[in-house]
Amino acid sequence: MNAFIDFYAAPPGLTAHAAPLLVIGPLIAACAAALSPSTRSAWMISVGGTIFAFWMALCLAGEVARNGVVNYYMGGFAPPLGIAFRIDALGVMFALLISGIGVMAALFSGHTLEAEIMKGKRRLYQSGFLLCVAGLLGLSATGDAFNAFVFLEVSSIGTYALIGVGVDRRALPAAFNYLVMGTIGATFFVIGVGFLYAATGTLNMADMSGRLATLGDSRVVEAGFAFIVIGLGLKAAMFPLHGWLPAAYAYAPSLMGVFLSATATKAALYLMARFLFTVFGPHLDFVGLFLTWVMAPVAGAAAIICSAQAIFQTDIRRILAFSSVAQVGYIMLGVSMASAEGVSAGLFHLFNQALIKSALFMALGGLAFNIKATKLSDFSGVGRTAPWTMTAFAIGTFSLAGVPLTAGFLSKWRLIEAAFAAHWLWAVGVIAVSSLLGLIYAGRMLETIFFRAPVSEERAGEARFGVLVPLWILAAASVWYGLDASLPVDLSTAAAQALGLAPAGAAP
Amino acid sequence: MTVDRLLDIAVTINPGFYLIAAAVWAVFARGPGSRGVALLGGPALALLALLYAPASGTEITRSFFLGFNMSLYRPDSLSMIFGFGFVLAAALSGVYSLHREDRMQDSAGLLYAGAAMAAVFAGDLISLVVFWELTAVASVALVFARQTKQGQMAGMRYLLIQLLSGLLLMAGVVLYGLDAGSFLFADLGQLHRGVLIGMLDIHAPGGLLILAGVGIKAAFPTFHNWLTDAYPNTTETGAVVMSAYTTTLAVYVLARCFAGLDWLVWIGAAMTVYPVFFAVMENDLRRVLAYSTNNQIGFMVCAVGIGTPLAIDGAAAHAVAHIVFKGLLFMAMGAVFMRTGTTKASELGGLHRTMPWTTLFCLIGAMSISALPLFAGFSTKSMIMTAAHTPAMFAVWLMLLFASAGVLEHSGIKIPYFAFFSHDSGKRPKEAPFTMLLAMGLASALCLAIGIAPGWFFELLPYRSVAMAFLAQDLFTADHLLVQMQLLAFAVLAFVLLKRLKLYPTEQPGVILDIEWLWRKAAPAITGVLGRLAGRLGVWADKAFGRAGAGLISGSGQIFAPDGVVARHLPLAGAAIWTVALLSFVLILAMSSPG
Repeated sequence: MNAFIDFYAAPPGLTAHAAPLLVIGPLIAACAAALSPSTRSAWMISVGGTIFAFWMALCLAGEVARNGVVNYYMGGFAPPLGIAFRIDALGVMFALLISGIGVMAALFSGHTLEAEIMKGKRRLYQSGFLLCVAGLLGLSATGDAFNAFVFLEVSSIGTYALIGVGVDRRALPAAFNYLVMGTIGATFFVIGVGFLYAATGTLNMADMSGRLATLGDSRVVEAGFAFIVIGLGLKAAMFPLHGWLPAAYAYAPSLMGVFLSATATKAALYLMARFLFTVFGPHLDFVGLFLTWVMAPVAGAAAIICSAQAIFQTDIRRILAFSSVAQVGYIMLGVSMASAEGVSAGLFHLFNQALIKSALFMALGGLAFNIKATKLSDFSGVGRTAPWTMTAFAIGTFSLAGVPLTAGFLSKWRLIEAAFAAHWLWAVGVIAVSSLLGLIYAGRMLETIFFRAPVSEERAGEARFGVLVPLWILAAASVWYGLDASLPVDLSTAAAQALGLAPAGAAP
Repeated sequence: MTVDRLLDIAVTINPGFYLIAAAVWAVFARGPGSRGVALLGGPALALLALLYAPASGTEITRSFFLGFNMSLYRPDSLSMIFGFGFVLAAALSGVYSLHREDRMQDSAGLLYAGAAMAAVFAGDLISLVVFWELTAVASVALVFARQTKQGQMAGMRYLLIQLLSGLLLMAGVVLYGLDAGSFLFADLGQLHRGVLIGMLDIHAPGGLLILAGVGIKAAFPTFHNWLTDAYPNTTETGAVVMSAYTTTLAVYVLARCFAGLDWLVWIGAAMTVYPVFFAVMENDLRRVLAYSTNNQIGFMVCAVGIGTPLAIDGAAAHAVAHIVFKGLLFMAMGAVFMRTGTTKASELGGLHRTMPWTTLFCLIGAMSISALPLFAGFSTKSMIMTAAHTPAMFAVWLMLLFASAGVLEHSGIKIPYFAFFSHDSGKRPKEAPFTMLLAMGLASALCLAIGIAPGWFFELLPYRSVAMAFLAQDLFTADHLLVQMQLLAFAVLAFVLLKRLKLYPTEQPGVILDIEWLWRKAAPAITGVLGRLAGRLGVWADKAFGRAGAGLISGSGQIFAPDGVVARHLPLAGAAIWTVALLSFVLILAMSSPG
């Protein structure tokens, strides 16, 4: 977090309230967007709201760099009675990521909604998007377990609606599927939180963690733990609970593909890490067993099986969706090592994946405007007619496959280093095999896009300028962080420390 | 106030970037006015930046790449003289190419000049490698610009060699820098009488790799064929542009990194001698010029190897003068090529009737390269000859002397004679366009200016006082002039005799067998044989593994394909069952945990 130590983004009076404003900003914007007179004004509100949230996240980053943790008590009521926002390095990393991607997605949405959403619903669509942003940001800020459930539901309800609204009718069953699975997940989570409340008598996470430490062996706590991790696992698309994800990403309007792929599963992963390491702590036997015997194997399986599935897909967005599940596997593999190196490598990979996936979906979404195409074969030769869009897509694909000089390479590299440090040689093998599979599906996409002859006479033109700008920002970030990764490494290392994991060699 | 601040910033920018910016402009430039701004404005800006450059040895260091220090701009007296030469080249080739609208070629030429310029002003090995690669990319575009089948093939060969050189250099630099702990020139070596030369140790890890990478670009013997292959295969402007930068840049890097390395003396001497034979026999006049480039670079490499202040001055001065007079010769041949479509000696002759100005300028260039007193080559090459004239290096001196006679033979007499005089080929082409003549005229004026009054030019050299002393005491002495005139007289005599006895080989059209035969014919033959063997093996393997492979693919297809076992759309109930199963497993695991 050293990069932010002398970073004052706003006057102190505003910075003091940055934590609630982070969530309230987009929430108010959501209302305003619903009431706004035109699609265009709703779009502007959407951009403004997300930029405001990003600004607040930057303020918080400065504060966290200086003070370590930002505590904010709603209405001045201290916990355990009041609801507290508690933001540390991990929370700030996610707040920056979610709001940053939110800005990009909002910029992108201006041009694509026209093509993909029915006329009367565009303002409401922006409103739902902002609601989703607010929910996810709240998740990263809150220090209260039940409050976290509320924010999870706020974001999810926005998401269910937004997936189903598009012109693609296949999105409806996808949204229904996601609704049912997501609800099961949320229910499990709230059941788990209920168990913990019964055992400890508090909902504040920090408080809960303190009381759990004194509680000893408790069946109630163990049951609560199981419900929470499985509930969040569903939300985070932990293999084999990822069934809802491919259809939801592939058939949703492109704005949702851009935003969800970068943030939705990642936010659930955040909450999972929060519970695993802060509330419970890896020193507890059942947490250790879960990490070693459940999370690590399913993560490895996801990395290999879903990469293999991605190779055989015919729909280009489903390729990316399966690749997303595989990447969740990588991240969980890092987290399950429960070492500072592993968790920070996993978080670093998460950061890169967010940039890459949103760029890739953005490139496809920008073109969807011109060619009503979803199948990979429809994209034959598009690289020639839309070189700017597809060059950015190619950069993203390189980063996804982990080509050196891109961010994706560095994070895979650090994952392998962490696996060696933890003596998990099988994990090294899994990453290597899965990377090879990744090269295959990446190569398949690039081969079709750049080297095949176009299938139809219809020319796929370049994406609109308003799409190219955020697209190239994201693609450039992938390259930049592949050369100079100090910012994401800094963020993810600080985040791992905030989870109580000291790097090897440091004093415990 | 603000203008002053802006100017302060402007002079801290590597002058090469102005040319690169002009290259970007040239991509979009339409119409003569806009092109003129790019082609002439870029060099003009770069020249201004040179004139107002910060004090010698100033580092503008920025921590930039993976935490390594980089210095994008470090002007000193050695880089200044090369930078000056590159500006001249950019301006001359800019004027020369005005007649033909080709945005890609304009842009590639400017990018090439900018990258070369940026490379000589770079202050660390990493930026040097980056700009070095950029010159390769830009030059490949020039080779490809002549859109013929032959040009394409030459372009591919050229590209491969350039990439090989870049890779070697990059590998060497990484090894060297990591071992030394820094990539900055200032940390790697110390000043020799005020100039940072010979800073690398050839015995350190990576040193040899760097020498090999640079050696390829300098066209060391047996690696010289890319040069004679590519230059004759570009457009008329392409050859002018290419002759100026790549090899000159290599000489600069050699001086900066390996000055005083005794191998270079012998490599350089060998380089001066052997192209003479090829050049005398060769029929294509542009290829003759390429061989003569090889020979001239040999003089510079030899001087760099000697490494005394006078020799370094000689290498730098000769490099810049060579840019001008070799450029002039290529321009003249380019004009001939444009008007007649060929540069083969056997198809040319008698062009002086209709191209008098081109003939005159070509003669000036020829006299300059032959080092006739009062022309540019005399002033600069004399320094090298004097530096080599020590008892210990008598053999080297003799080799250089022989090569000097050879230069006169193939470049001084042969080029103008066969193109413009000789037997009448019957061709009556128009005189070259005005802009071409203007460029040639400017280059001729420079040749004369350096030859007649070299004082202003010697002022710019790295060891100024040594050069000025040489000018005052040695250059125009009777002794020196006499040696040179004798040499020239006998070379002319040899030419006349050979012509009289009909022994002069040029006018037989034919192909000369050079080392390049190895990789143009032998290598494809070997790979062809290997390829057929591999094909056999492939057929066998195909049968053997075909079944296994097909089984694997179809099997994994059945499992992973969209409607396969794993990925088939999971009904909700199925997903819920998975969830419950996993939940039960975690519950059992958690509750059975000890403690």
